[in-house]
Amino acid sequence: MGSRTVKVVFVEELKVDGAPQLRWGVKGKHIMFPEDLDADQAADKAFDEALKASGLTREQVKHVVATGAGRKQVKFATADITEVSAGAKGAVFMCPTARTVIDVGAEEGRGIKADSDGKVVDFAGNEKCAAGAGAFAESMSRALQLSLKDFGEASLRSDKTIPMNAQCTVFAESEVVSLIHSSTPKEDIAKAVLDAVASRVTAMARRVGIEGEVALIGGMVHNVGFVQSLKTALGVDQVLLPEMPEYVSALGAALMAADGNA
Amino acid sequence: MIANYGYKDGSGEYYISIDTDKCISCPADRACLTACPKEMFEIITDDYDDEVAAVKQSFRRSLAFECTGCKPAGGYTSLPCMTACTPGAIKHSW
Repeated sequence: MGSRTVKVVFVEELKVDGAPQLRWGVKGKHIMFPEDLDADQAADKAFDEALKASGLTREQVKHVVATGAGRKQVKFATADITEVSAGAKGAVFMCPTARTVIDVGAEEGRGIKADSDGKVVDFAGNEKCAAGAGAFAESMSRALQLSLKDFGEASLRSDKTIPMNAQCTVFAESEVVSLIHSSTPKEDIAKAVLDAVASRVTAMARRVGIEGEVALIGGMVHNVGFVQSLKTALGVDQVLLPEMPEYVSALGAALMAADGNA
Repeated sequence: MIANYGYKDGSGEYYISIDTDKCISCPADRACLTACPKEMFEIITDDYDDEVAAVKQSFRRSLAFECTGCKPAGGYTSLPCMTACTPGAIKHSW
């Protein structure tokens, strides 16, 4: 249960000879953008839609584990786990060499250090504001009158570094408006915004200590400009980008349920 | 696991770190719960089914202000939570 979308992932036990280390596989996945703020109804509706899309019935699902900002509101869940543990588990499953996981969702970003089993070793988030998250980038793209896709791509056309000093989304928007009024090209502003998000997220990752390969999960993986800004901020050539990045935490929760850890 | 509770804002980084591995079989008998004048700590069951200390959700966004009473200017020479935690699981970033 993310703050913007509801994701559902089903896992099933694999019975494949010669692949002993890969015990679980993804049976189905589904994403829903809730139309209203009723989290109970959104969870129920997303679950029903996911069951239908995967050709399953409620009776066939042995355990339901909820994670994310609205995890406590999933009444039919048998357990709930934090997005930190779920993110680490899912990221290491998708990218087995990853030991540092950076999770940037709609409202929150966090840095996680994980072991080879996907267990959390160290984590840090930002409890105070959304300035290091997708909602911040989305709000700034609206100010620039660009779609999110164009916003990310525009930033790649800039080689300027414009520091954004505001730590808060509200004040940062004023800073963006000032840059627009001073005729700063949109691509330079887009890069400044994404550099600022990357800088905040990197600070969280550095707090836990960057070890091994870095995997980025969450919806911001789809923003090509942010991925580039993050690589620059981390000082690395490569960041692991799993398939279906916005589902990784849901997958992690499902894997913890399957392993009997939730 | 080291759990960092807190935030970073324009004025600095304010995190309380709890090394939960040191917390599991607490030799200090959970002294952090009563040592903190603001009762900011609680015992939770984490995602790995261990009973560990955590900073209560309601305090995580305002640590810079919540802890001011115990910081050096408040007359303390050492922080009550860190002193009470004899295994040394609790650390402040500022």
